[in-house]
Amino acid sequence: MRGNFSTITKMFSAGVVAAGLAMSAPAKAADDTIKVGILHSLSGTMAISETTLKDVMLMLIEEQNAKGGLLGKKLEAVVVDPASNWPLFAEKARELISKDKVAAVFGCWTSVSRKSVLPVFSELDNILFYPVQYEGEESERNVFYTGAAPNQQAIPAVDYLMSADGGSVKRWVLEGTDYVYPRTTNKILEAYLKAKGVPAEDIMVNYTPFGFSDWQTEVSAIKKFGSAGKKTAVVSTVNGDANVPFYKELGNQGVKAEDIPVMAFSVGEEELAGLDTGPLVGHLAAWNYFESVDTPENKKFIDDWHKFIKSDKRTTNDPMEAHYIGFNMWVKAVEKAGTTDPDKVIDAMVGVSVPNLTGGYSTMMPNHHITKPVLIGEIQADGQFETVSQTPGLVMGDEWSDYLPDSKDLISDWRAPLSCGNFNVATGKCGGKGTN
Amino acid sequence: MILIRAIGLTLLLVIASLLPSSAAEADLRATIAKFATATNFSGTEAVVRELAASGDPAVERPLSALADGNLYIRKSDSQVFVGKEAGDGIELLDPLSGEKAADAAKTDLTKIKVNNGLRRTIRDALGTLTLRAKDAGVRLAAAATMFKTPDAANIEPLDAAIAAETEPGVKALFEQARAASVLVSDKPEADKLAAISLIAARGDRDALSLLTSVEASSQGPVKDAATAAIGTINSTLALWDAGQNIWYGISLGSVLLLAAIGLAITFGVMGVINMAHGEMVMLGAYTTFVVQQVIRTSFPGLFDWSLVIALPLAFLVAALVGLAIERGLIRFLYGRPLETLLATWGVSLILQQAVRTIFGPTNQEVGNPSWMSGSFDIGQLAVTWNRLWILVFALLVFGVLLYVMKRTPWGLQMRAVTANRRMAASMGIRTPWVDALTFALGSGIAGIAGVALSQIDNVSPNLGRGYIIDSFMVVVFGGVGNLWGTLVGAFSLGIVNKFLEPYAGAVLGKIVVLVLIILFIQKRPRGLFALKGRAVEA
Repeated sequence: MRGNFSTITKMFSAGVVAAGLAMSAPAKAADDTIKVGILHSLSGTMAISETTLKDVMLMLIEEQNAKGGLLGKKLEAVVVDPASNWPLFAEKARELISKDKVAAVFGCWTSVSRKSVLPVFSELDNILFYPVQYEGEESERNVFYTGAAPNQQAIPAVDYLMSADGGSVKRWVLEGTDYVYPRTTNKILEAYLKAKGVPAEDIMVNYTPFGFSDWQTEVSAIKKFGSAGKKTAVVSTVNGDANVPFYKELGNQGVKAEDIPVMAFSVGEEELAGLDTGPLVGHLAAWNYFESVDTPENKKFIDDWHKFIKSDKRTTNDPMEAHYIGFNMWVKAVEKAGTTDPDKVIDAMVGVSVPNLTGGYSTMMPNHHITKPVLIGEIQADGQFETVSQTPGLVMGDEWSDYLPDSKDLISDWRAPLSCGNFNVATGKCGGKGTN
Repeated sequence: MILIRAIGLTLLLVIASLLPSSAAEADLRATIAKFATATNFSGTEAVVRELAASGDPAVERPLSALADGNLYIRKSDSQVFVGKEAGDGIELLDPLSGEKAADAAKTDLTKIKVNNGLRRTIRDALGTLTLRAKDAGVRLAAAATMFKTPDAANIEPLDAAIAAETEPGVKALFEQARAASVLVSDKPEADKLAAISLIAARGDRDALSLLTSVEASSQGPVKDAATAAIGTINSTLALWDAGQNIWYGISLGSVLLLAAIGLAITFGVMGVINMAHGEMVMLGAYTTFVVQQVIRTSFPGLFDWSLVIALPLAFLVAALVGLAIERGLIRFLYGRPLETLLATWGVSLILQQAVRTIFGPTNQEVGNPSWMSGSFDIGQLAVTWNRLWILVFALLVFGVLLYVMKRTPWGLQMRAVTANRRMAASMGIRTPWVDALTFALGSGIAGIAGVALSQIDNVSPNLGRGYIIDSFMVVVFGGVGNLWGTLVGAFSLGIVNKFLEPYAGAVLGKIVVLVLIILFIQKRPRGLFALKGRAVEA
């Protein structure tokens, strides 16, 4: 009876088709709806972070429909699953725009997935809202960046550590996962630290692979680097899953926040949910939003979220706020333009201002980045962050870093007449040199 | 009304507790009350310093509560209390006496915020205050803190403490802390030189850190002595570093061994290219999570036993799933490796997505029992408990498996079927059932590996993905079909990896190991310990 393979393949493919059907949202076209694309991985390695963003988008769309929709029409979410597969992101984006005719797309998490969909969005002229903190060095006409640029997260975080409140740090470990975001961010930080007078021997840069789990050598190297008689801190761009074993090892080897604090840019409430945070109290993170922020807007957002997801254990995080801001900006811009035509909406977006969840207003700037406050939080024993420092005003996203030689002369302004994403002020020409 | 009565009652309580107190205590209370008016961290820090300056051991309670984030201000009357979680609300304790004063809801209280700087200040302040504590552990901690934050003002209290100390271990640490403080004081050069030799004898990273800053800030013979001491410490530490690399390598090897040992059965012994192996590990980890959830909600006292309870369950769950996969799928595909590879890959995707649907895509928290947290020192080598236990566990599993394979009738049948299926069948062995049970055994072992790995890695649907490549690498390198090969393969890969890491970095280190394995397989295609005999050629 060996080798009844055709039956098995049949069973197997039937299962795959069924799973596929279950996953794609109802895409029946009705003319009186406006379609919104959601391009987040629901399977594969990035599902851990991106599924939540899909849910928050569904919630925002549902709320908007309860308020009467947009331009007298109902909104309809079209959910696709790019399965953490970068080329599939481009394919699915094309499908959303040409087949489903969506008015805008909310999606992507990793920089590589964003880079893979860029050509699709400019070719088919649609809009992408990108909600995650990223390395900068990019400004596209069709993309609105609602996450933080390096100057809205990394630079203020380092400034805090240098201040008396942060412990007057003199020695720096830049620890990151080996891919484009940490490498570019660390390049900017290294240039920034050197500009601040930190000698090269007081900076240690180290990279580890994705999903790295054996941190013994790295943590003991940090301890060793930290025993040079100067106050030391770790700036961590370690991504996603690798953080849990990293923090466990820090806790077990007794690296205390009072001695060597770790400032993380990719660790939010969601990542801490898988950890016993008792030994980590005092380690830091820099974001533009924390769940613990005490404002009426945030309280309502968290209550709505718990009701929508039917669990009051689920946390909220920074990229969720970015989608909240991005979606409300898009709604406002569509109302302002009176149409969902991407060309007109892109022009209407600049200058739109909506409330954020931390008690202020965020505005879309001409470089397609937004203004945000920067918060520094300390990890608490209950898995939440407590804000210990906040920038006095809003910080405007700076897409081309001033600290990299290749990009310091570049600016971006998508308003007519300049309408250019990489205008070189030194040569006066559009199309300057970018690092990417 | 109720509120007023409650306030009245607390006021009475407070007054009652004040009655027998001395003037000093009233002063302390007045200082503690200032926490309510401090608006920022530096305000709070000023209050902490004032409390510490009182030198009264009674301030330890409010200060350590503050450091732990348990000091609250009641909104209604701006009184300061130590809070203790009690059900939904918070039990308020008097900050000095520690007696219960009142109950309150969380919304009626403001927590006094602390940051790292404040925690440091508090730790230093408590260091001086707890030098004479009854508990030797507390005195040790105090001495360790004072060693790290030397201050000329510490010398006097330390002298008194050294004179009164009876425990030799604590006394030695006090003397080192005193020496550290001497180095930053304006004591004569001879004292400083003696202090340097005392600290150099310590020989650890803290001593190195201190001496480096001394070297930078002093001149003459003191500087020279510091430089010499740093040189000696550095050369001893280099030796310890080598030892540390070996330990880390053994520890990584034990993780690799655990992950690969189940595969050594399913792939090594049976020859099934089992891409769903990682998912069996994941199922074991999720079983641990479920067991801990049940224990947390129903039997909190058993938490330290959760892993022991999870072990047989994880074995059972993974073995049953393995059995189902073998009976339902793999038995149709023996002898067709490519199709087995694809089919088991499909199974792994289905299992991942199933777990994602049931438990959600986010990480689940699996706690460490107390006996698996923290570390201890052997000389200058910090050994973490969880890694040590995983090593012991991996060797134990290996030993048991070896016994089953070599010493039991079942193991004999397994080996017979692997060596020559048709001959075994004609001897009356029911080969299909031996196949099924062998696959279940391999899967079950992967399941208990999951229990151990849940202690050091993420418990997420992707857990298995991270181990599948390494597992195949270990089994192929060690020699397919040989358990000892898997053992030696795992440990040698672990040690080579950890020796490369400090020099080449984690990314390049891994690449180098991979290239080395490819070259090795070119030379010896059957791995370290190749099976010999006719069965191999068949």
